[in-house]
Amino acid sequence: MSPATFRYIGKHRRAVEHKRFVVGKGRYAADIQLPGMLHIALVASPYASAEIKRIDASEALAMPGVHAVLTGEELCRHIDAMLPGVDAPQVTRYPLASDVTRYAGEWVAAVVADSRALAEDAAECVHVDYAPLPCVVDPQQALEPHSTLVHPAHGSNVIFHRKFVWGPVEEDFAKCDHQLSYQVRWARNATVPIETFAVACQWQDSTGILDVWASIQMPKFPDQVAKALRLPGNAVRVHFDVDVGGSYGVKRGLKHAVLVGYLAQKLGRPVRLVEDRLENMRGGDMQGPDRVFDVTLGFQKNGEIKAMKMRAVDDIGAYSGRSPLQLGKPVGAIVGPYRIQSVEYDAMAVMTNKTPQEAVRGFGQAPTNYAIETGIDKIARFLHMDRIALRRINLIGKDEFPYLIPSGTHYDSGDYDTVMTKALDTAAFDDLLKERDQLRSQGLLAGIGISTCLEPSGGNSSFEPLFNPKNKTTTWMDSCLVRVDLSGAVTALMGTSTSGQAHETMVSTVIGEVLQIEPDGIRVLHADSLNALPSNSPVGSRMAIMLGGAAAGAAKKIKHKLLQIAAHNLGVAVEALVYEDGQVQATHNPSLKLSWDALVEIAHRHFHKLPEGMEPGLQEKFVWEVPTGGMLPTDDGRVQMYPCHSFESHVVLASIDPDTCKVTVRKYVCGHDCGVMISPDVVHGMTYGGIAHGLGAALMEKFAFSTEGQLLSGTFMDYLLPTSAEVPAITIVDHCTPSPLTEFGQKGSGEAGYLGSPAAIASAVNDALSTQGAHIDHLPMTPQAIWTALSEARSVKASNTVN
Amino acid sequence: MKAAPFDYVRADTLSHALETLNQYGGDAKLIAGGQSLVPMMAMRLARPACLIDINRLDSLKDVQLHDHEVRLGAGVRQRDLEFHPQLNSHLPLIAKGIQWVGHEQTRNRGTVGGSLVHADPSAELALAAMVLDVRLQLESTTEGVRTLQADAFFLGPMFTAVGETEALTDIIWPVWQGGRIGTAFEETAIRKGDFAMASAACQIQTTLEGSISKVSFGLGGVDGTPRVYPELAATLIGQHMSPALAQQVAHEAAQQTQPGSDMHASAAYRKHLAQALLTRALLSAYQESLHAQLPQDR
Amino acid sequence: MTQSTMTSTHTPIEKKSIQIQVNGVIQQRHVEPRTSLVDFLRDELGLTGTHVGCEHGVCGACTVMLNDEPVRACCMFAVQADEMRVTTVEGLAPERGVMTQIQDAFCEKHALQCGYCTPGMLMACHALVAHNPQPTEAQVRDAISSNICRCTGYQQIVDAVMYATQAQKA
Repeated sequence: MSPATFRYIGKHRRAVEHKRFVVGKGRYAADIQLPGMLHIALVASPYASAEIKRIDASEALAMPGVHAVLTGEELCRHIDAMLPGVDAPQVTRYPLASDVTRYAGEWVAAVVADSRALAEDAAECVHVDYAPLPCVVDPQQALEPHSTLVHPAHGSNVIFHRKFVWGPVEEDFAKCDHQLSYQVRWARNATVPIETFAVACQWQDSTGILDVWASIQMPKFPDQVAKALRLPGNAVRVHFDVDVGGSYGVKRGLKHAVLVGYLAQKLGRPVRLVEDRLENMRGGDMQGPDRVFDVTLGFQKNGEIKAMKMRAVDDIGAYSGRSPLQLGKPVGAIVGPYRIQSVEYDAMAVMTNKTPQEAVRGFGQAPTNYAIETGIDKIARFLHMDRIALRRINLIGKDEFPYLIPSGTHYDSGDYDTVMTKALDTAAFDDLLKERDQLRSQGLLAGIGISTCLEPSGGNSSFEPLFNPKNKTTTWMDSCLVRVDLSGAVTALMGTSTSGQAHETMVSTVIGEVLQIEPDGIRVLHADSLNALPSNSPVGSRMAIMLGGAAAGAAKKIKHKLLQIAAHNLGVAVEALVYEDGQVQATHNPSLKLSWDALVEIAHRHFHKLPEGMEPGLQEKFVWEVPTGGMLPTDDGRVQMYPCHSFESHVVLASIDPDTCKVTVRKYVCGHDCGVMISPDVVHGMTYGGIAHGLGAALMEKFAFSTEGQLLSGTFMDYLLPTSAEVPAITIVDHCTPSPLTEFGQKGSGEAGYLGSPAAIASAVNDALSTQGAHIDHLPMTPQAIWTALSEARSVKASNTVN
Repeated sequence: MKAAPFDYVRADTLSHALETLNQYGGDAKLIAGGQSLVPMMAMRLARPACLIDINRLDSLKDVQLHDHEVRLGAGVRQRDLEFHPQLNSHLPLIAKGIQWVGHEQTRNRGTVGGSLVHADPSAELALAAMVLDVRLQLESTTEGVRTLQADAFFLGPMFTAVGETEALTDIIWPVWQGGRIGTAFEETAIRKGDFAMASAACQIQTTLEGSISKVSFGLGGVDGTPRVYPELAATLIGQHMSPALAQQVAHEAAQQTQPGSDMHASAAYRKHLAQALLTRALLSAYQESLHAQLPQDR
Repeated sequence: MTQSTMTSTHTPIEKKSIQIQVNGVIQQRHVEPRTSLVDFLRDELGLTGTHVGCEHGVCGACTVMLNDEPVRACCMFAVQADEMRVTTVEGLAPERGVMTQIQDAFCEKHALQCGYCTPGMLMACHALVAHNPQPTEAQVRDAISSNICRCTGYQQIVDAVMYATQAQKA
């Protein structure tokens, strides 16, 4: 199938999910009413580090409507610890702290009552005696030899450290005309969905099943809940048909589900926790990478960049889930879109007494792209070379694919130069320059930003063994079941949750394409974890590839079966048949045909007309491993990370008020290539949204902590999410380099926009500041931060003048 | 984030509200729009034993326009003020400032009195009230009616002279006479609708020759309360505004502030911002006054 | 209103009798004063289309129409809405099986993804178009600036309102 001949793929189509959302009939975790349901409020530690001496819940328990107050001491006896994704078995984590608390906001007790309001009243009356302990908040201090330890049993605050050397790095540097070193800081931010995490659990003694309804986006969530609760896997039923109000990585909720699951079993009644925003921001453990990069690039005087050294130190907070692995995923695109020959990558995850990190959209690629792109602009400035020309020299060419990068990953396909050119043309770059200069003549600071960034997609488990050699896992599959019922209607089943990616729409489009039937008539359902085929959830921009591929695979099997039934019944070889719009006819004799309905009837009701050995009915499953997956990393840490590689190029015009130092993003163009788009409206939507996330990270979002480890931005009054007044109009221009690895040539794109936007906005801001001899290499670039950068440049200038 | 339990009384009349306030002796709070109070109660930072709803009291919603002053009931909705046909002719400074107050949805419920009593140091209406030197009328069952000038009303961040059993009933805004009036309201927040990191407001009157005959200006968000500068303003009388003069005055005013520092803005940056915004406001208001209508053209 | 009583932390407060017209239907209930309007709509009336995002008046997910004006339902107690009219997302469409032009435009232009901010966003858009039937893009952006979306980046929402209002013109 080629893009030009698709019937449904790549076309405008109304997402089927919209029908329920626009009339207020979505079914989110907090909407689900269970008879007799009880509600939870949390008691949280106010200290960054403290010993729990005593918990007195007597006053709370005496209050009307209060059913239980659970402490860590009880809970930890009955469940297994949650472990990190790296080899650090002493860094254990439980939903409730028991002996010590390790961050301000850590949950210490859970109050269960008839209503959330009553639970909050009672939570205020739980009296906890704390003995504050020394804490460490600064990651640099945490690295010092005599630092306070967040987990003394682990022996240090470094939970992960590995230095990778891919290629002859030192030799390549020695051959370079120049080298340039710089540091960038990516402040802690996250995608902060408007819906907080919510989970309801119900345990039935009669069936021995724990039902779980949660706002979840997490691989192996049911398995991990079961394991922590010491239940067999088939005792936990996670309902994946719960609508999730946005996740973009962060809705992992394992500690929430384990807590609520335990209470549901203990109390014999359904129990629900809906985080309020305060609990969510401070104790929900959904904050993102918090990273300092030290980068050195080696390059020739003609602009060719030969080698890179990158040191990335990430402050993951007080506990670890998969968060250190966010240093691992970028290994699969460590050189960005550039022909850099050798790389040294020194990755370190350090613990401090802060809220723990969780996976955020891109899983570490967005900060890494920001770090790389900053260097490209710096080299251009150093060499007095145009930033675009410099990129053209270094971008991997369209004829070089599949391209092997030093860390062992092949990029499947791409045409980076064309995408960048399309973006520049759409932005009318020459006019943009004129506009920039005009803004400057009006007294504003103004700048144009460019970024060219990789968007690895498809997911893989490969960063798990890369960062933990004891974890020899190579499987990363997904599945789909397609059935045609007796009436001839098609139903498909997917085995994981959806949080806005319109999977029902994507799957029905794919099946419709293969079976050549109207997608709107195809029903797509979410299974629960007991009747689902295996899935690894929508992470790593994988679903168009993996679920789309599985749906196509299953649909192809159905089609093949229909052809076989037709061949058997028409007395013609399969090769002499043509399948069209659900009916099958003989190529050379169109009067020999069987309609869809006739074929369906044979399959379901006329066993005597089926070929020998054929299974009755019309149902097929397809379970498959990620393309290019299935291999462990080499000893020197080379690995095929993700299979497919999408690409984005952003062109941005921004101005800065020289007095208030506030940035206004005025024009925004994004060139985007994710191969064949199955649902272009969906892809565009996620790209716009990713750009908005990136703008927030670039200009205003930060989880700021005081020197005592108190979260300063714990409400939406201080953690600032961009509104329609801050996000400009955005134009997307598409390009398509199909992937050779997928059914339709599709690549993934769920992380689009976010991966290239902070870099582009920083590029624009620095272009603007360059006229004043100033620069800023940390995010977010708030008015305060820009004022500081300008003031510093002014005082340097002044002292230079004096000298 | 559910509020702590409280009782609720819907006041039938102002006296009823005041009597109930008195009965609770400081444990009750009046609620009109609630846009500031309800979030604080949700966070349990405010925990009144009783809320007395005065939102339906027509007696507090009166807008009385006179030549020399505008009398606003404390319960006048921000939205109603924003769209009042005579707002621009009588209170042009508020016309400029009110667009910065929260969002449309909060202005649909929030009241003028509510904003002033809440007394956030960066509140636009509080700054306007100080710049225009309003009179605020308070009433209680025990002390009756008393009137305060703005600078005696705002005592500190989120803290006013309103007694525990008192209600703010009316705010009297002077209307400048004689035409040739210009106003400006400048504010910087990271997002539209956020609390200002700093704000500046100015109202200026000039003679036909362009010299300043009357001026009042102030800064918000850079101190415990909005600040006005009557002495500095007096030095401007008889002068023509220029960029250099505006900057000099703004610098002096900013230097006198004691801004706080938080994660968004340091004290030094706020001072810088205050100076920059006030410079703009002075110049902009002055320019506007030069082109403003004379009273007979109104 | 019933006689008020002094409270302490553990003394239950008497419920108040309120009557609110919600989506055209008069609802009479007894509620605790501290029940927010959004919790009343969701928990008491089962109208879960209105969502809770922050409970401190910033995100706008809880927006409903109160006497035909958009307000944040988390910044009000249900008792304050006594004798008033409320419209929620469930009450926007004129009849079953029919959508408003804006709801339809949201579907056509992909103006939503996870759907969580959508009810509040629809309220803001309907309020805008009710008093400004032909808004400019800038006016649309301004009208929805009080509602935060983390999925869409707002572009397709603006496109949807422009599409709906151009369709009216045509």
